[in-house]
Amino acid sequence: PPPMECIFGLVGDGFTLLVADASARRSVFLYKQDEDKIFPIDEHKAMAVTGEPGDTTLFAELIQKNLALCTLRVGVPRSPHATAHFTRAIMAENLRRSPYFVNLLLAGHDKDEGPSLYYLDYLASLQKLNFAAHGYGAFFILSLFDRYYRPGMSLPEAIKVRTNPAISSLLC
Amino acid sequence: LKEQVYIQMSYDTAITVFAPNGHLFQVDYAFEAVKRGACTIGIKTNDSIILAVEKKAIGKLQDPRANTKIFQLDEHISMSCAGLTADARVLANIARLECQYYRFNYEEAPSVTYIAKNIAKIKQKYTQRGGVRPFGLSCLIIGFDQNGEPNLYLTEPSGSYSLWKANALGKNAKTVQEFLEKHVKDQITHEEGIKLAVQALLEVVESGSNKVEIAYMKKGETLSYLSEEKIDTLISEIESAQQAKQENIDKMAQLST
Repeated sequence: PPPMECIFGLVGDGFTLLVADASARRSVFLYKQDEDKIFPIDEHKAMAVTGEPGDTTLFAELIQKNLALCTLRVGVPRSPHATAHFTRAIMAENLRRSPYFVNLLLAGHDKDEGPSLYYLDYLASLQKLNFAAHGYGAFFILSLFDRYYRPGMSLPEAIKVRTNPAISSLLC
Repeated sequence: LKEQVYIQMSYDTAITVFAPNGHLFQVDYAFEAVKRGACTIGIKTNDSIILAVEKKAIGKLQDPRANTKIFQLDEHISMSCAGLTADARVLANIARLECQYYRFNYEEAPSVTYIAKNIAKIKQKYTQRGGVRPFGLSCLIIGFDQNGEPNLYLTEPSGSYSLWKANALGKNAKTVQEFLEKHVKDQITHEEGIKLAVQALLEVVESGSNKVEIAYMKKGETLSYLSEEKIDTLISEIESAQQAKQENIDKMAQLST
């Protein structure tokens, strides 16, 4: 799975920001630069995926449709916490059969939990975090965020972090 | 030679078999179950489709929230049933799964036609398999297709499906159907349709907002329910209009004597 792709997210004051690069490439070939890697799960949740091309779309759509079914059956949408654990469960079940090579970040908002960000990697490790990243870019993002991130950032501040030149260069 | 009598425990003994006169009695009995169900009405208007259901009386200590007969199958498709409510739950579940399955495979919304045919297919299957009985339900499936066409489908326990402008199922359906045939015109607005649905239901149901449930679907929108206050207002409007009409008739009768 290509580690060159970079996705990251951060939790701010009443919102979660998800950022993904838009390139689709295979070693030296750059196929496209308008690839949409963020999949809406419902009105208050979204998932950014990277990893093996094909697996990513399949997995994201599988989660999308399963959660839509849940919502229709029960009448209310699942919380971000439940969604994250459900996603992890599917990943974990398949890990020792036919693993999904997908790394993802699940961003959600709900009135009990507030804004949240869940980090899930292809080995089905799930963690709720204030900021997280996947790919080579993570090496830089994690240290940059360690320096610049504060809990409860406002949206303009968060955008400023995202448009920080060091970070922007990771997203080309 | 010793003859071996082979006793097989299996689930392939058919329950629905033909009678000499060509009827499938189990399916006919399923229709009877439908006739005993709560009254359900569907009306297609110019820009919406309306479902009106009779809410059966519940115990004093019972919470009415779990008592719904209108099921949302997908963002743009809903269904209401007359007959065995437990069967309705199972069928709604199957239909919901089918909607998401379709979305997963084709990355687009299933048409109402597709889902209605799918439900009909399942119902038919249960009339031709061993060990199962047919669903004791007739369903009204409503929704808008991709091209903006509103559709009202009826599926029956036999597995047949048909398209309707307006229809009624359940107890006293005949009365309501006659009312609908008289009053439903080719072009009706959404507001007229709502009023008609309430009127039609009041023909056979006790009046009161806690006795009727009205839901509708407009193009591009998901299922919406009419509030109890709105229903109460409509009921009182209809009843006062009816009373005025009755008084007029009585007056005319008095003058002619």
